[in-house]
Amino acid sequence: MKPGESAFISGFSENALSEKLLDMGFLPGAAVLFNFYAPLGDPVAVTIGSCDVSLRLSEADSILVSH
Amino acid sequence: MSAPARTLVALVGKPNSGKSSLFNLLTGLHQKVGNFPGVTVDKRLGTCRLADNKEVDILDLPGTYSLYPRTPDERIVTEVLTQAQHADHPDRVVVVADATQLKNCLLLVTQLIDLNLPMVLALNMIDLLEKSQQTIQVNKLSFALGVPVVPINARTGQGVAELKSVLAAPLEPSSRQFITAAQTPTDQAAETIARYALIQDLLAQVTAPTLHSEWKARTRALDRWLTHKVWGYVIFFAVLTLIFQSIFAWAQIPMDFIDGSFAQLSAWLARVLPEGPFFDLLTEGLLPGIGGIVIFIPQIAILFTFISLLEESGYMARVVFIMDKVMRRFGLNGKSVVPLISGWACAIPAIMATRTIDSWKDRLITILVTPFMSCSARLPVFTILVALVIPPTARLAFLNLQGVMLMGLYLLGFIAAIGTAWLMKLLINVREKSFLIMELPVYRVPKWSNVAYTLVEKTKSFVFEAGKVILAISIVLWVLASYGPGNQLERAEQTVRAAAGPQASEEEIEILTAAYKLEHSYAGVIGKTFEPVIKPLGYDWKIGIALLTSFAAREVFVGTIATIYSVGQTEDELTIKGKLAAEVNPDTGGPRFTPAVSISLLLFYTFAMQCMSTLAVVKRETKGWRWPLLQLLYMTALAYLSAFIAYQALS
Repeated sequence: MKPGESAFISGFSENALSEKLLDMGFLPGAAVLFNFYAPLGDPVAVTIGSCDVSLRLSEADSILVSH
Repeated sequence: MSAPARTLVALVGKPNSGKSSLFNLLTGLHQKVGNFPGVTVDKRLGTCRLADNKEVDILDLPGTYSLYPRTPDERIVTEVLTQAQHADHPDRVVVVADATQLKNCLLLVTQLIDLNLPMVLALNMIDLLEKSQQTIQVNKLSFALGVPVVPINARTGQGVAELKSVLAAPLEPSSRQFITAAQTPTDQAAETIARYALIQDLLAQVTAPTLHSEWKARTRALDRWLTHKVWGYVIFFAVLTLIFQSIFAWAQIPMDFIDGSFAQLSAWLARVLPEGPFFDLLTEGLLPGIGGIVIFIPQIAILFTFISLLEESGYMARVVFIMDKVMRRFGLNGKSVVPLISGWACAIPAIMATRTIDSWKDRLITILVTPFMSCSARLPVFTILVALVIPPTARLAFLNLQGVMLMGLYLLGFIAAIGTAWLMKLLINVREKSFLIMELPVYRVPKWSNVAYTLVEKTKSFVFEAGKVILAISIVLWVLASYGPGNQLERAEQTVRAAAGPQASEEEIEILTAAYKLEHSYAGVIGKTFEPVIKPLGYDWKIGIALLTSFAAREVFVGTIATIYSVGQTEDELTIKGKLAAEVNPDTGGPRFTPAVSISLLLFYTFAMQCMSTLAVVKRETKGWRWPLLQLLYMTALAYLSAFIAYQALS
């Protein structure tokens, strides 16, 4: 995904991370908007629901999305 | 009136939901900070007077997103709420929810309802909700959840009276059940998804969806600057510079005033009190000791003001965001930035703040290097020694040169911290995935009363916690410096007179006697035994005594120096700075505190682990003596080596 794009969450590739992500509101079927990269390219800021969240690239990669 | 046990009301909610603001509003100054038994999680407890003069206890629990804990702080919340026999198990719960992010908050709400706890939902930030042109139908929400819902604004106090009256009335657990024990899915993730599905339906009934809003747009605009590739770091660095300049420039005025006032008080007491051991204890032991504590207050107050401003405004989360990648290279974590910055105020709360770091290895490394960050206790030592090296009028461009040197020392501590972290990253072998999933809160104007509460709380705990140690040490020191083995001290005047010969004036005899007494006191004996170890660093036995006592706490150095040099000095030099500048090195005849000695001492204090309280906290947080002892060892070694090199190179 590129900054400004949005997509729907279809699942998670890592179990350990998915629990934390679910608590923060990353739900299968929810729309996620990629806002911008941190200055050094990692982490990234995304919007889920009405909440802005910072994720490392490795964490963002564990979220499977479909357009 | 002897009511049985008082009603205990717990405040629960996710981080940044305004829980602490509400706690401050409900309890005012009737609050105290303690610990949960066995762990070092802050337990904030206060009392609140309700409408009918009934008093309830309010417990402010750490912020959490759900009842599935991931950090020690969150674990406490889960234990307190789920174990009915827990000592702090509340009778009622107030869930503080950010009305603009109701969905995330409802996860916790439904979990608590399923626990059958009597509960009130406080919908905070109702003003922001209105501004963003969203609406929540409060009655419908209340009906759907089966609990009272009170819209509040914890910044202005709106709705707090209603909340109090709800708390005063009888309260039953909700009759609803979202996911019952029987149908609980075995998988935690599946349960969360099931809950969110129910929440989604519920939200559809009570809210009208709207999109962009003004304050969200403002956050976006600010983020464009504050997390910019270049400007993000420039602004962060500028904020740090501002903090240091203000600590040095603004704090200096009240500090000089305090130093001067204590000198005047001493002089006044000298005139009105009769001489004797009590008088000596007061003017040479107690007063310099108390002065040494009071003098830090301006600097600590300024530092904590800045730190709480950064937290309150939401900027701290952006600092974590822009620093994470850099910090990770050194084995740290973006979240290490908050403890490291707090370490500039005091290592103790800073080490406690590492609990927000989810990965154990990142957290351990942060704990081990945080004491390198120059805490406010080093500041008085730095202030005095820097002032001896650099005249106050010296400038570098438009900056005060003393301020620049001070910032350099802080930078040096920071470099030591990240350098050590990098080494530790290679040495400590823990296989665990580190992660950083963190909310970026919306920027808001800090609430001044919250800043003020933090300020009062931190300053008070510093003055009383550190103050006790400092005062006790000042008294012990005075005794050690005033009494000695055998009867050498009583015969001091005779011995000096015999050595000086008949032509010496009375005044010279007096000064020589005092010096002789100090040299032959217990303190002198201890200092002299210790002298060969520190001689290569350029220190004499008097500085040695100060080094030893300041192992308890660094700031004791100033008090000790003040006490030692008060003993028998002429009365013209009453300020601490003056006393140090006037001290003569008997070997050279020049001043004792030459630039080489001062710089060597500055380096020693930058690196040395001199704080018993920090060691105790590290022991508690790492559950053993292994890490704190290792920390003590490498920090002292680095301090000794760098001071040695500096002195040998400069003298």
